[in-house]
Amino acid sequence: MKHIVIIGNGISGTTAARNIRKRSDHKITIISSETDHFFSRTALMYIYMGHMKYEHTKPYEDGFWKKNKIDLVRDYVSDVHSTTKSLTLQSGRSIEYDILIIASGSKSNKFGWPGQDLEGVQGLYSYQDLERMEQTTKGIRQAVIVGGGLIGIEMAEMLLSRKISVTLLVREKEFWNNVLPLQEANLISRHIRSHHVSLKLESEVKEIQADEKGSVKAVITKAGETIPCQFVGLTVGVSPNIEFLKDSGIEVKRGVIVNEFLETNIQDVYALGDCVERNYELPGRKNIEQVWYTGRMMGEVLAQTICGEKTKYEPGPWFNSAKFFDIEYQTYGNVANVLGSRETDFYWEHKSGMKSMHLVWDKDTDQFLGINSFGIRLRHECFDQWLREKRSITFVLSHLTEANFDPEFFPKHESEIMESFVKKFPHAELNPRLA
Amino acid sequence: MRAIKLFGLIVFLIGFALFNATFFLASYRLTPEVIEGKISEGSRRDLFIQASKDIQGQTFATSFSFVTELKKKLEAINQEQISRYGITQEEVFDLVARSGKQFSLASVDSLYLGGDEVSEFKLKAWKDYGGWLEGREFASPQELQTQLEGVVSNINQYAIINQVGFDRYQIKDLTYSITKASTIGPVATNPLLFLFLTIGLCIVGALTYILPKLNLPPGIKNNGIFFNAMKNTGWLGMLTGTWLIAFYIILYFYPEYMTNWVMLVDPVSHVLNGNEAGRFFLYGFIYTLCILVMGVRMIIHYRHSKYQILRTISVIFFQTAFAFLIPEILIRLNKPYFDFKNIWPLDYSFFFDSRLNELMSNGTLGLFMLGWGIALIIIGVPVLVYFFGKRWYCSWVCGCGGLAETLGDPYRQLSNKTVKAWKVERWMIHSVLVFAIVMTAGVIYTYWTGASWFLFFDSYKLREVYGAFIGAGFAGVVGTGFYPLMGNRVWCRFGCPLAAYLGIVQRFKSRFRITTNGGQCISCGNCSTYCEMGIDVRWYAQRGQNIVRSSCVGCGICSSVCPRGVLNLEVKEESGRFGKPILIGNNHIKISE
Repeated sequence: MKHIVIIGNGISGTTAARNIRKRSDHKITIISSETDHFFSRTALMYIYMGHMKYEHTKPYEDGFWKKNKIDLVRDYVSDVHSTTKSLTLQSGRSIEYDILIIASGSKSNKFGWPGQDLEGVQGLYSYQDLERMEQTTKGIRQAVIVGGGLIGIEMAEMLLSRKISVTLLVREKEFWNNVLPLQEANLISRHIRSHHVSLKLESEVKEIQADEKGSVKAVITKAGETIPCQFVGLTVGVSPNIEFLKDSGIEVKRGVIVNEFLETNIQDVYALGDCVERNYELPGRKNIEQVWYTGRMMGEVLAQTICGEKTKYEPGPWFNSAKFFDIEYQTYGNVANVLGSRETDFYWEHKSGMKSMHLVWDKDTDQFLGINSFGIRLRHECFDQWLREKRSITFVLSHLTEANFDPEFFPKHESEIMESFVKKFPHAELNPRLA
Repeated sequence: MRAIKLFGLIVFLIGFALFNATFFLASYRLTPEVIEGKISEGSRRDLFIQASKDIQGQTFATSFSFVTELKKKLEAINQEQISRYGITQEEVFDLVARSGKQFSLASVDSLYLGGDEVSEFKLKAWKDYGGWLEGREFASPQELQTQLEGVVSNINQYAIINQVGFDRYQIKDLTYSITKASTIGPVATNPLLFLFLTIGLCIVGALTYILPKLNLPPGIKNNGIFFNAMKNTGWLGMLTGTWLIAFYIILYFYPEYMTNWVMLVDPVSHVLNGNEAGRFFLYGFIYTLCILVMGVRMIIHYRHSKYQILRTISVIFFQTAFAFLIPEILIRLNKPYFDFKNIWPLDYSFFFDSRLNELMSNGTLGLFMLGWGIALIIIGVPVLVYFFGKRWYCSWVCGCGGLAETLGDPYRQLSNKTVKAWKVERWMIHSVLVFAIVMTAGVIYTYWTGASWFLFFDSYKLREVYGAFIGAGFAGVVGTGFYPLMGNRVWCRFGCPLAAYLGIVQRFKSRFRITTNGGQCISCGNCSTYCEMGIDVRWYAQRGQNIVRSSCVGCGICSSVCPRGVLNLEVKEESGRFGKPILIGNNHIKISE
């Protein structure tokens, strides 16, 4: 029986711990400085908006950990001593390990803007960020959010729920255009505006100004505009949270360097989740993946490895999802913001402007490469299979109804999509299986 | 928009305050005409007219003082009758002396030779209650005396009150009906005006408050729910719960105090069924209006989902037509009151002798109703649950479900999601089902054989206990009164025997399940939080397993609130229904269970 110590109780560390427990009797300890128990980070926004309380965001009842003999330690790891296989915690306590798993997650990016450390300026990643946001937005009227990504739009939704007016500064031509193709980015931009967010595109922050008490009072953009505000959300991405490793001997670059087995350069030390940077390429994927799903998958893989079945981290076709105010988004495979040289695409948008589908395929082989769907739920299983089987675009369109995952009685758009596809590509032979 | 909402709220509160005020806004005056109208049987009527002489024509300011007085009079009549008709100790001595050790009814005959009414009564009572002693011999006269005293106690307790006095059911009924007929005051003279000022203003105010929600874009709008004193068991929720509980206790157990409320809907009742309103007409009327008005809210709230819109229209329709209008119209046509969508054992009195007799004496229609009710139990439930899941009833048709899904929707997040609550739920709901079955078996046995004693209980006593504790106490007082405290499905989850039956079918033989979408779950918890049945939906979703639970009523809200499109209510072939817990999208991962 080994002592496995996991730093971080997010989805990555928790998944590893749970799956190790299922497969073994190892002693497992999870250390977190953030919260006593695992909670869903993606649900932070709902706590602020009053959809849920913190308790509701905990996927397991508090008794679950004791019942499954997973020890929880609330502390901050200040040093990792890989030579003696021990950790020093902020409380002064020291913990020895046989196997160490680093799952320390991310921290919000800051790019050295003047005023970025003022009172009322913050990112949103941790539970503490949420508590701070709760404090600093009390009774305020105006907020500015810098950065047009997923956390940025979540923060906008959060603030609006408290009747705080929001200005969203986005560097790109349309919202999230660095990820989404222009059509979808535009659709979301319109939707954001319909929620009365002042969306400023191609706009960047130059400086954040303080009032006499040292709290934020305005943001000045590079275009010279002054936007008064009492809160600034910095949502320009996150980066691995690895400062505590600097003297540990564990190799880090932007993140903790791992190989395909999630091993670091040091024996018996593994890392996974947001904090890792893979030292090998996976097609269509970045080397640092800060996504719930990848953290979870790494946890599943690592548990198998540690329990004696050495397993490579080889995720299947890419998938992701999000919700932008009222519009749900799902993606399967790869749909880049700009088409690759061998790629071609088809975009359909519903007349409401609230639903769309974007399919990409290889123009030489017709192989289907990926889909973005807005406002229409799709079956993960179908697309996972079709992408693995390298199905053609015509096959995918012909079988689109099978992949519909919308609730009963929802309007169906597949035939309209197919019709408009045939209009654009008159030579395509679709075999519409209308379900 | 805020101003309109505020205005609506104020109008609603005025209506609600007036409604509460009307409870007290009456006086009560007993007149001989009232008594004539309410006590049909001559000798009892004369007794009551005599006994209540001193309060006739007198005006009482509150229902409390009036009802107390009425009850006193009725009890006094009982006491008087007991002293008049009661068997005295001397008579017992006399009988013992005449009989020695062996009892014979002939000795009773010889005791009461007067031929007057009292003697005749006593003679008959001895034969009814003591006939079984005829010819029996005892070891000593003392022993015979003990036996006779037992008989006397039965006669004094039951025979007199039942035959020449007022038993407790009559007292209950009479205090209510006499109080209602004696109610005077502004509501009695102008019920329509007050109906508008109370319930009418509530409707106008509520709709004015609700309709501006149309200005918000469609989509899930659960903002601020857990900051809300009404929706998060704050002071407002507690207050509302207390009011509802009090309302139900008065309705079921003390209706004689709420006659002024019932007066409000007398005109409506006259239009619909031609009679004056009873308390359950008032209840049905308010109940239906709650489903209607809050149904409008439900539709607006979830108008991005066709499933929710259709489901809400369905519960509104079934409540308005099947539960409310059709039964009233049947009464107007002199047919039995019948709710075609109510199913035993939720409709626990379906097999009660009074109802069976009523149906069987109503020709083809009555027999059809009887057959329809039985067919729903043995064919309707299993077949429809097999094809659609128990939701076809619980969240599309049922009246309790209809109220829970409309009036109760703002409280759905208050259900307890712990494993412990689930355990309690399974024990409780199945116990109630067993209780309902045993009770009904007793009732049917009594119906066939005429014997009230079945197995180890008295079937009359048992049905009464069931009616009070389950029918009224659990389904009503707890079921709805606890909406703001424990969520909107307390009854459906912990108590409804029909839900238990539907649930057993759903769990073991159905095509229905909630599927989860591959690996897309982010464990956020919205699904579990908003599950009114307290199912920890996330537990399944985050491990990629279908949700197959007996309690799931298929309301579809988990799917609606899911931000990632993970959950879907589906009916498909049975194989693979339970599914393996696997999250797809990750190569080389094997299930370890």
